[in-house]
Amino acid sequence: MTVDDPLVIAGTTFGSRLITGTGGAPSLEVLEEALIASGTELTTVAMRRVSPGTQGSVWDVLTRNGIRALPNTAGCFTAADAVRTARLGREALGTDWVKLEVVADEHTLLPDPVELLEAAEQLVDEGFTVLPYTNDDPVLAQRLEQLGCAAVMPLAAPIGSGLGIRNPHNLELIVERAGVPVIVDAGIGTASDAALAMELGCDAVLLATAVTRAQEPVRMASAMRDAVRAGRGARLAGRIPVRRHAQASSPDPD
Amino acid sequence: MELIINGDRREVADGTTVEAVVRDLTASDGGGIPGGIAVAVNDEVVRRTEWNSPLGAGDHVDVLTAVQGG
Repeated sequence: MTVDDPLVIAGTTFGSRLITGTGGAPSLEVLEEALIASGTELTTVAMRRVSPGTQGSVWDVLTRNGIRALPNTAGCFTAADAVRTARLGREALGTDWVKLEVVADEHTLLPDPVELLEAAEQLVDEGFTVLPYTNDDPVLAQRLEQLGCAAVMPLAAPIGSGLGIRNPHNLELIVERAGVPVIVDAGIGTASDAALAMELGCDAVLLATAVTRAQEPVRMASAMRDAVRAGRGARLAGRIPVRRHAQASSPDPD
Repeated sequence: MELIINGDRREVADGTTVEAVVRDLTASDGGGIPGGIAVAVNDEVVRRTEWNSPLGAGDHVDVLTAVQGG
């Protein structure tokens, strides 16, 4: 349906505006079903040490479903860590795209803006296509764009919190000023949150926990697919202004 | 010689290559090395085309793969 309204990131076109993560799923089988139901074409994975004897892999799941893998730098607290992890992701998955994540501490998992900017600058210099997970800070988003990031990915709320969009005004400001795609990343709890992100003018939504830890992940994945489409449609259609008083929709009586 | 493989000390034959370490970790059943693997030796990425290079005593070898996350 979105053929005439594709998401374009760094010259690459996607029919789906729902980007998914893979963390938190009860099994690889459920994850695979959920990814298919979501209609996603781009999905994040983390890089970790190999444990001997592991059966099946998320890489196989993505490959056989034709879903593009987006390696992330989850678990990195410094720019140096993130750069090293990004290089490993590039080597392992054969892509120079990276979801750049540099968090300040385990408790909040909020982005560390200083380390984030440093890592973004270095990775852009090294030829990476950088998609940074950032605070919902319009100034920081602009700085990331100026450094050459291919998108900006402000949080709706802390990772895994499901709190929904805490500061819609900031997201609108980011959207107004951005020349690259704005992707809401983290904090989505349910379908209405995803729809609201799109109604505010964001270009895409990235979520994981809201699907993988839902009581029925596959059903929620399908709901999120519909919510992102509906929110995008409403944004393009142009909503009516909010009024303080009623306005009759039927003609006046004769 | 001794290597530090994914954080664990391991005794291996002299001249052991990166590829041998990867094979031992990921394909000990005799199958092929799976996709989606990257290796760092002493924090520097080793490209797949250079996996036949021998390791040195005390090298820190990290073998990573894509896992569910994010």
